Amino acid sequence: MTDTTATGAEGRTHSSTNRRDIGIKKRYAAERRFKAYGIFAIVLGVTFLCILLWSVVSKGYTAFFQTEIQVPITFSEEILGTPQDAAENETKLLMANYPQLARDGLIRLLGIDPEDRQAVTAANGLISQGVRTELRDIVMSDLSAIGTTQEVWLYASSQLDSALKGQYDLNVPENRRPISDLQLRYIEELEAKGAIAQNFNWGLFTSGASSRAETAGVGVAIIGSAYMMLIVLALALPIGVAASIYLEEFAPKNRFTDLIEVNINNLAAVPSIVFGILGLAVFINWFGLPRSAALVGGLVLTLMTLPTIIIATRAALRAVPPSIRWAALGLGASRTQTVFQHVLPLAAPGILTGTIIGLAQALGETAPLLLIGMVAFVADYPDTPLDPATALPVQIYMWANEAERAFQERTSGAIMILLGFLALMNLTAIFLRRRFERRW
Amino acid sequence: MMENIQATLNERASVTPNRTIKMKTEKVTVHYGQKQALNGIDLEVYERQVTALIGPSGCGKSTYLRCLNRMNDTIDAAKVAGTILLDGENIYDPDLDVVELRARVGMVFQKPNPFPKSIWENVAYGPKIHGLAKTKDELEEIVHTSLKKAGLYNEVKDRLDEPGTGLSGGQQQRLCIARAIAVSPEVILMDEPCSALDPIATATVEELIDELKQNYTIVIVTHSMQQAARVSQQTAMFHLGDLAEVGDTEMMFSNPSDKRTQDYIMGRFG
Repeated sequence: MTDTTATGAEGRTHSSTNRRDIGIKKRYAAERRFKAYGIFAIVLGVTFLCILLWSVVSKGYTAFFQTEIQVPITFSEEILGTPQDAAENETKLLMANYPQLARDGLIRLLGIDPEDRQAVTAANGLISQGVRTELRDIVMSDLSAIGTTQEVWLYASSQLDSALKGQYDLNVPENRRPISDLQLRYIEELEAKGAIAQNFNWGLFTSGASSRAETAGVGVAIIGSAYMMLIVLALALPIGVAASIYLEEFAPKNRFTDLIEVNINNLAAVPSIVFGILGLAVFINWFGLPRSAALVGGLVLTLMTLPTIIIATRAALRAVPPSIRWAALGLGASRTQTVFQHVLPLAAPGILTGTIIGLAQALGETAPLLLIGMVAFVADYPDTPLDPATALPVQIYMWANEAERAFQERTSGAIMILLGFLALMNLTAIFLRRRFERRW
Repeated sequence: MMENIQATLNERASVTPNRTIKMKTEKVTVHYGQKQALNGIDLEVYERQVTALIGPSGCGKSTYLRCLNRMNDTIDAAKVAGTILLDGENIYDPDLDVVELRARVGMVFQKPNPFPKSIWENVAYGPKIHGLAKTKDELEEIVHTSLKKAGLYNEVKDRLDEPGTGLSGGQQQRLCIARAIAVSPEVILMDEPCSALDPIATATVEELIDELKQNYTIVIVTHSMQQAARVSQQTAMFHLGDLAEVGDTEMMFSNPSDKRTQDYIMGRFG
């Protein structure tokens, strides 16, 4: 050994002053360049993320506040009928002219002459037409309210709301803005009386669809999305995990299973709208399931999520060291015992993460839902997954098409709610991974 | 090198060989896809003896070992042919289930591979799946005896509920041995059990193997010829998928008849 070293070094002795050029400077320069590219890419990404979040939040945060006016409402028997009538004939109470109650209360508050048509119309434009349901609910829940006068916080109209939130330019001539000088004077009066306030907009979370921005909310969409997520979870997780375990642990490796694998990978890349067409053809036209139903949406999203879950699960199963399988098999455990008692518990964090990411993807999916009729005007909560419903992203899409300023802030507000749910799901995924990950 | 081995052999009290055949293979061949890994191996493994399989890397000794409890079944590409008998019974016989076979022929792997579970669960797993203990006390008894037989009990008795993966390498390997003997196998296969261990842990495991041969038949694959000389009674030399030579360990190391064995033991290749 020593001989070869000596011959190798012969004639190639280097003094410290005369070093070989082995390109060290170039290598470090390449490294620095690469680091710079990387930092640039990250800064670019973060910048765009910030711009996106800023534009959404700055437009949308006002949607979480809704202007309300405190009006003394006289629940007059003249309009509502006596409590006895009401108890006998509910239809009359349902059909009563509630907006008139609100209007009468407001003109009394502002001291407007009921004969001054112009002033009454202007005042009436300040309150939402949604007062009908608001006041009706008060009376229907308590018939003894009839005949009394109560201070009620009423939704302000979206024009007033937008004006107060500074969404209109009030310096343009009166005929070019949706709120008149007279109305602005009334608003000042109400403000002076302390009868106007911006309260937290619970309605945004609880209300269904409405053509009036101030009474529109994502309540139905949240329920629809929740139903769909439950359906996706209940179907895609067991089917996906079972398929992956079979393919990964039991199936022979041959042409046929290779073909299946290629197809699953391809399926993950199929545009989501194609799944919508499939859902329309299979679930609605063939199986005869109802349109706009969360069940159909859930089934379509299940098909879409399956490949994601299968790919994630197979990766998680493959990441379990084979030595664990050998250990169990070597002890005489059957294949099923090996998989369920050793491999699956170790793969569980990966499977959970994959599932949650798949669910988050499904939660944000719009295109296939448009095709199965989930772009619908649904005002009432769906009781079952078979009732018409919408989904959060579809609600965003529908609001984005509305012209009113008040719907623009709601669009951004709904995006914030959707992003909130997505962030929550991803945090859950990270938490579960940290919690259950085991080292081996 | 030869002197070392000779010294080891001389140190050992020479044992009268027991000649009951425990396992026997006839013309065992293994193909990995197109490649033939074993070219017809005839070998007899004697009861309550240690049989060492030696040979250079890639010679097929691990492949052969995995034939003995059908672990090659788990490799899709591997095709095993020939006859493998356990107590005269073909291990591929439909009457002998692979699960039962592996309960009778246990295995210890090259790299310690305890389950990422507690020490207690590691040892209790085998008896549990085979229903070897009827009561909790019986299971407790099996776990404790197995750990004692593996010489690990005193080191871990106070922390049986701690993860098995938290032990040192040598302890982990002894835990794997305890896990294997907890199902009371007749044969224990060991695939280079000491290659991932330091010399002190290796010595402990070798002593253990020496004790275990009183109750179990052991087949051990090893790269270390000193180890083969120290622990085995019979040695089989593999070379390129062939069985170059097999015989009493003392004979093999003092007077090998095959040229390849001579060269390997002399350290000329491998």
